[in-house]
Amino acid sequence: MFKLNSKTQDSLLFYILRFISLLVIFLLLFIIFILFKSAWPSISQNGIGFIFKTEWNPVEQHFGALAFIFGTLITSFLALLIATPVSIFVALFISEYLPKSASRILSLLVEMVAAIPSIVFGLFGIFYLAPMVRDSFSPFLKTYLGFLPFFQGPSFGIGILTASLILAIMIIPTVTSICRSVFELIPKHQKEAAYALGSTKFEMIKLAVLSPSISGISSAVVLGLGRALGETMAVTMLIGNSPNITKSIFAPAATMASVMANEYTDANNPQHVASLCYLALLLFLITFLSNLFAKSIVKNFSKMG
Amino acid sequence: MSLKIKINYRLFREIKTQLFKLVTILSAIAVILPLLLILKFVFVQGAGSLNLSFFTELPKPVGEVGGGMKHAIIGTIVIVMIGAMIAVPIGITCGIYLSEFSKSKLSKTLKLTVDLMSGIPSIVIGIFAYLIVVVPMKSFSAFAGGVALSIIMLPIIIKTSEEILKLVPNHLREAGLALGLPRWKVILFIILKGSIANLLTGIILAISRAAGETAPLLFTAFGNMYMSYDIKSPMATLPVQIYTYAISPFKDWQRQAWAGAFILMVLILAMNLFARFILTKIKDKKGF
Repeated sequence: MFKLNSKTQDSLLFYILRFISLLVIFLLLFIIFILFKSAWPSISQNGIGFIFKTEWNPVEQHFGALAFIFGTLITSFLALLIATPVSIFVALFISEYLPKSASRILSLLVEMVAAIPSIVFGLFGIFYLAPMVRDSFSPFLKTYLGFLPFFQGPSFGIGILTASLILAIMIIPTVTSICRSVFELIPKHQKEAAYALGSTKFEMIKLAVLSPSISGISSAVVLGLGRALGETMAVTMLIGNSPNITKSIFAPAATMASVMANEYTDANNPQHVASLCYLALLLFLITFLSNLFAKSIVKNFSKMG
Repeated sequence: MSLKIKINYRLFREIKTQLFKLVTILSAIAVILPLLLILKFVFVQGAGSLNLSFFTELPKPVGEVGGGMKHAIIGTIVIVMIGAMIAVPIGITCGIYLSEFSKSKLSKTLKLTVDLMSGIPSIVIGIFAYLIVVVPMKSFSAFAGGVALSIIMLPIIIKTSEEILKLVPNHLREAGLALGLPRWKVILFIILKGSIANLLTGIILAISRAAGETAPLLFTAFGNMYMSYDIKSPMATLPVQIYTYAISPFKDWQRQAWAGAFILMVLILAMNLFARFILTKIKDKKGF
């Protein structure tokens, strides 16, 4: 009698746990559903063409997302371009060069950067990074690389370059800490084998640490990309918020996240709201897919290891 | 001749190694430098702008110097608490499920869900909370802000509580079961009771993350300029207040934005470092 009783108690617990877990899974699906439902007026009117139209004019009811998609992709791409090599080098420095105690302190400092709220990055960006970009980075780039179309045009401090720089600072901790954990998986005998072949430290790192970690590094980069794509506040404060597609990286632009932050509260005609929800849905799907992709790389990686 | 080439080649490899080392050191400096710059500016500007009235007063009308962010500090606490009240029970329950029934199919799906959830851009969470809370209630509200923050905290709490509960050694579970205890009693009185302090650190980590979020609060809690304890109406929060002040053209508001950033940073870094410190200690000791 008692046994049966405790068994029912246990299955009750099991069902409660299962129910709550299902609830969380359902929540994710519900988010997709709600976004889709609210975006429907815009999806049905603009269709897939929404992605390829550049004009965004709420007053005349023209809605196209290309300028924002461009802004999101270009800032994330530039941020990755800066953050990837730096993160790999820092991860190598932490795992291969520093003694254990010092490496703990450095990785703690790097992770502290990840804890800083994005609004503080934005504040720092507006008052210090933007003037710095305007007065020293841009003139420097113009002098030495000015023949390229990317580095032409006036720089106001606020624009693609500044937003990308702050994004790079923000995603470096993510990429670094994943790279570091990937490098720490390398078995010691593999490194010693490289040394035994007569490698210098650089050759050992190239041979025994970097080349087997390629897939791990790429998943770190994709996860960093996921963070960069969705970052809102710091970018909104620094990108200048004008939906243009320009060649110059000094020019202001707008990202999918920044236009949502700027226009959502003021949007009062239903098409405008629906189009912003359409953008939210697109942004959600892009980050969703990139995170899923990163996960699948990690899965293959751990299978190999 | 060939010896000389050999020596030169050796030298070349040696130089490459040293250069590489230099590059890694420079990268480390490049990463630490922004952190130090941000800390410096926030501390110098923020601490310099800080005074007692910042904590005790409400904002003055535009143009008047002075005033404070009392309403925003209290608002942040209220909204984060609402978020925690929603996210903590659900998060720990899911953590229990993941650690105790880790082999089930649902467990794997839940794990993937949690990973994908932590990747959702916070602005999208804000829009979601707007659509499901603000639209039906027909008003911006602190409650909607709490809902948005709870979705941000949820994956963090689930992940940390799963990790912490997995550290409980199996022989403790088996000892409990061998005494004839039903499973729920083992979970509640042995596993959870022994890990409560550790679970708290996971919650602190989640709170430190949520307290700094701005984007999800823009269209949910919205913000205001007066004291409010009503969770059914708009409420100010530190991050949103900092944002409003930072993009304003008024010098005194910008000064207060720095002061707000200072308070926010001190709170968040203190909570974050504390939680990290405890968590690494737990992991080093394997929990028990």
